Amino acid sequence: MDAIHAITMPKWGMSMTEGRLSGWLVRPGQSIAPGMEILEIETDKITNVLEARDGGILRRRVIEEGQTVPVGALLGVVADAGVADEAIDAFVAERQLAAGAEGGDDAPAPRVIDVGGRAIRVLDLGEPRSEAFVLIHGFGGDLNNWLFNMPALAEDSRAIALDLPGHGESTKDVGTGDVSVLVDAVVDLIAQLGLEKVHLVGHSMGGLVAMLVADRLGSRLGSLALIAPAGLSSAVNDAYAGGFIAAEKRKDLKPWVEMLFADPALVTRDMIEGLLNYKRLDGVGEALALLQARTLAGAAAESVLAGLDAPTVVLWGEQDRIIAPPASAPKPLTILPGRGHMLHMEAASDVTRAIRAVAGL
Amino acid sequence: MQLSREDLLLAYRRMRRIRDFEDRVHVEFATGELPGFVHLYAGEEASAVGVCMNLTDEDMIASTHRGHGHCLAKDTDATGMMLELYGRKDGICGGKGGSMHIADLSKGMMGANGIVGGGPPLICGAALTAKTLGTGNVAVAFTGDGGSNQGTTFEALNFAAVLKLPAIFVFENNGYAETTASQWSVACKDIVNRAAAFGMPGVSVDGTDFFAVWSAAREAVERARGGGGPTLMEVKVPRFYGHFEGDAETYRADGEVAALKRDHDCLKIFRGRVTEAGLLSNADLDTVDAEVAAEIEAAVALAKVSPLPGPEDLVTDVYVRY
Amino acid sequence: MPKKTFKQALNEAHFHEMRRDPRVIVMGEDISGGIGASGEMDAWGGSEGVTKGLYPEFGPSRVVDTPLSESAIIGAAVGAATTGLRPVADLMFADFLGVCFDQIFNQAAKFRYMFGGKAVTPVVIRGMIGAGFRTAAQHSQCLYPIFTHIPGLKVVIPSNPYDAKGLLIQAIRDDDPVIFLEHKLLYGVTGEVPDGAYTVPFGEAKVLREGGDVTIVALALMVQVALDAAELLSKRGIEATVIDPRTTSPLDLDTIVESVEETGHLVIVDESSPRCNIATDIAAQVADVAFHALKGPIKMVTPPHTPVPFSPSLEDLYLPSAERVAAAVEASLRTRKGAA
Repeated sequence: MDAIHAITMPKWGMSMTEGRLSGWLVRPGQSIAPGMEILEIETDKITNVLEARDGGILRRRVIEEGQTVPVGALLGVVADAGVADEAIDAFVAERQLAAGAEGGDDAPAPRVIDVGGRAIRVLDLGEPRSEAFVLIHGFGGDLNNWLFNMPALAEDSRAIALDLPGHGESTKDVGTGDVSVLVDAVVDLIAQLGLEKVHLVGHSMGGLVAMLVADRLGSRLGSLALIAPAGLSSAVNDAYAGGFIAAEKRKDLKPWVEMLFADPALVTRDMIEGLLNYKRLDGVGEALALLQARTLAGAAAESVLAGLDAPTVVLWGEQDRIIAPPASAPKPLTILPGRGHMLHMEAASDVTRAIRAVAGL
Repeated sequence: MQLSREDLLLAYRRMRRIRDFEDRVHVEFATGELPGFVHLYAGEEASAVGVCMNLTDEDMIASTHRGHGHCLAKDTDATGMMLELYGRKDGICGGKGGSMHIADLSKGMMGANGIVGGGPPLICGAALTAKTLGTGNVAVAFTGDGGSNQGTTFEALNFAAVLKLPAIFVFENNGYAETTASQWSVACKDIVNRAAAFGMPGVSVDGTDFFAVWSAAREAVERARGGGGPTLMEVKVPRFYGHFEGDAETYRADGEVAALKRDHDCLKIFRGRVTEAGLLSNADLDTVDAEVAAEIEAAVALAKVSPLPGPEDLVTDVYVRY
Repeated sequence: MPKKTFKQALNEAHFHEMRRDPRVIVMGEDISGGIGASGEMDAWGGSEGVTKGLYPEFGPSRVVDTPLSESAIIGAAVGAATTGLRPVADLMFADFLGVCFDQIFNQAAKFRYMFGGKAVTPVVIRGMIGAGFRTAAQHSQCLYPIFTHIPGLKVVIPSNPYDAKGLLIQAIRDDDPVIFLEHKLLYGVTGEVPDGAYTVPFGEAKVLREGGDVTIVALALMVQVALDAAELLSKRGIEATVIDPRTTSPLDLDTIVESVEETGHLVIVDESSPRCNIATDIAAQVADVAFHALKGPIKMVTPPHTPVPFSPSLEDLYLPSAERVAAAVEASLRTRKGAA
């Protein structure tokens, strides 16, 4: 029997339990290649496109536009032209039956571990190998920022995302607020996990951290992917950092979060709510203020980056309002048109592809 | 006698300040310039001052609708109070409280109180703070004979006794709750008799005798500071004016007030005692009289010309943050 | 994130704040339980166990068992608050308001204004509200409209464990008097609650669900009723936005109005008695400022104007149900402004 492939509702981020199919981008009978954008899915957090994993012909749309279904639900069927319609019917029936009987959510959850006396939350996906991607979020972010990238990276690699000190569910103690506190935490985590080859991915302030971690990894550094990093020739928008810290309510925070994206419509109420829940934890305000003063202000890693030998890619959104794209960088710079600061969410597929390419994975 | 010459002068000054303040408010109220209603404390000065001479600024008191005397006994600024009575912006409460709600927390004055029986439960709280933080402070609730019949008062007495709080409940029995005689409304006749029911010491004193009040309060304060729990004091005082200004007082006997002023004026009695004992001279006391008279005169003059609060003040001070 | 019950969330909030600030005390009858008796202390930890475990850690000076004496309990809490402590007083059933209201509305609520802004009264008064517990007329009322009426008080009514913890921590840190009301039927409800301390601000409504056809506003237990109604309606092709104001004073009217401007229809579910309650208050304010946006009548789903009945058959009828809420939504959608 020829292969029949399911298109299912993806799980983007730990809290996603269902998604709304907001638009099909392919028609039944249309031929699909792996990596092609085939439909749009809306979650509480964000709207994003789903790329095809398998090639073939879209034989069936099981779920129509506008419907909300649980993670894992069958959305459509891809198969070669030679597969009989009856076989497709049987496949759909079987999958729907199985979905009905399916029990709990067995997706791996993040866990909080002790790293040299600090509580650090880690999401560790994929096969337990000694070679892994390590993804470092930016100022005010957390490991969920990688929700669109992690599942794809973990398909055939190990992908580890962490909450930096002061962020997410990690310790809120950032000591002096100096970037070395963050760098030490990541270096210690890598050592504790016994990673022998590390592909660092860093966004914004996490890009700065990634460069400085890379500098300390020596031969263990596999590759480096920097997404709108702090520490190169463009300064971080200080008004943004201050506004983000000061905002106490939805209304105050929303305009600042909208600055992160080229398309402000991507900012949902749940995204704001999630950020506020984080900001309202004891110690977060103080931690962010320290990081703003000590890490963001005067971040400089241009010479460090220039001195690194490992394959490196620098990605930037053309419309980044938090850290404007620089005219040049010490390493190859790709500017994505029409994207903002959160390009790993706004252009998740392109960014994931670039991360894998530079890592050679 | 453990009161120094300075203490005696201070006690006299405070009693005199209360008397002059109240006498002047009585006069000014009749002109119609003072808004609202006021309840005057004249005649009862030895009670407030006799108790409060034993207290520091950290010891808290709660007062009643008849609160001017308690405020002044706790050294609340008379000028600020007069401005408040006139509803002025620079009054001690910004013109938002008035006669019945004067407070000065920095002096340990938790507020006059328009609700009869409102103070005793609050004082339990101040005493609880003192006990919890181990400050050694005490808290005093001044209540009248009317307030002595309130359920809140009974609850507070029991509460303070059960928790052994450093609290003192002073019942100033001036004979009347508005027009109703305390002889009629207090079932056990003497309020002090209620102390036994709450398992605390009780003492009854003549409120026209500053020294009697002072020494009874001293014992109660020492007991409270030492962890000995609460005390009930009944202080029998005369009320020189009506329940409030404008009260025709037809319920009082002919000549009753005149006799009280003649024979039971705590200021006259104080003057007689200290001069006879050679502790202070008439000249000393006359000097105080003159200074206080000038102070009250200046306070009234200022109050009459001080600015009123404006629209910008209407909605402020409701919350710390809303 | 760990899942905890509403009660555990409240319990944790007490621990966080009592450890953080030595001025925080709890007080009330049976707040630990068993005082003066010959058995063990911390027998109850409050009538529903919310303050269980505080006594062994913080001892009698900060976990103050009191006589059953509401005026004295609340008055002492208020007096302690003005003199330097940050007391959390347990009224047990909010119905007991009747025997201590003076200390709340004439004393605590008014000090700051009467004293010209010089007093600070950081007291929290906790009380249980709500029917469905088979406790009849004197132990089942939702008296929050009465508190909401009083300037100087803040009124907090959580509907879920996350909010319960964050709002209680905010209440304890708040410098104004806060009435904190806990619906009895929510104590066992579970939800995700961070282990650490955090605050939820007052005056910010929570939008639990977004839909374009109607705005449903609900508090406390009624939030779940509103969400259930929204599910029913969704199956009938009607999508509802559900808003939980979380605090009635301050009230986040903006979030409600913004939603009504999108949906054109407003239904308010309020478990308190129907006259002069939160539903009438919100309805009047929305009609005042957003009449232009309304496409149909504002509907209020409340109990009848009766005391809470005892018999389960009557009490179940008394409480608003999801079906009644759905029917009210459909009635508002049917009766369009301008239509005959």
